[in-house]
Amino acid sequence: MNYEIAKEPINVQSVIDKVVQRDAGAITTFIGTVRELTKGKKTLYLIYEAYEPMAVKKLEQIGTEIQERWNGAQVAITHRVGKLDITDIAVVIAVSTPHRNDAYEANRYAIERIKEIVPIWKKEHWEDGQEWIGNQLETVSYPTGKPEEKDLNE
Amino acid sequence: MNKILFFAHLRDEAGHESVEIDAAGKTVAELKELVAETYGVQKLDTSMTAINEEFSSNDEVIREGDTIAFIPPVSGG
Repeated sequence: MNYEIAKEPINVQSVIDKVVQRDAGAITTFIGTVRELTKGKKTLYLIYEAYEPMAVKKLEQIGTEIQERWNGAQVAITHRVGKLDITDIAVVIAVSTPHRNDAYEANRYAIERIKEIVPIWKKEHWEDGQEWIGNQLETVSYPTGKPEEKDLNE
Repeated sequence: MNKILFFAHLRDEAGHESVEIDAAGKTVAELKELVAETYGVQKLDTSMTAINEEFSSNDEVIREGDTIAFIPPVSGG
């Protein structure tokens, strides 16, 4: 179970432990946390929601993509859902590879892909309201109904 | 019958997490029109669609028993 959606706080070490391997010279860990201020606006808390079975599949797909691109990589990703307070951990990505440069690059790739293809949404709650993030600015559209190759490489 | 799933703001707009519609034989684009009319859901044109948990295009034809999910632009991470 290297790819998980969690309803409880994430144990960072347990994610790291999944990618420990004798061939690794490096493990990089990305920890995504809930930020208080976005463009000067104060967030009180977030609600994350996932289409869970598909989200797990898409996390697995990201892991497969990484293993195709970076030789010898092992990947584990856990994303939390539910109500998260400021400083709480929303996502942990661990990547191990034989050499450190690959571990950094592959880990960066994973978080960018999560933001493109994994069906997880956050609802921001502020002092004066709440909003689902992702579509309101209408900066992203999918005229064909699914992500285009160009969307996936940005 | 087909199960249709709504997420995030689409669920708020539709007022349902999921509904049952007979959509077999329709394309995804046709289903989007029907759902927009029936449930007053806007912005389906800016949503992705998944059939049985895999992204699909607007011209894909829905089969009996397929589960269709409308996926607004995601904001995980």
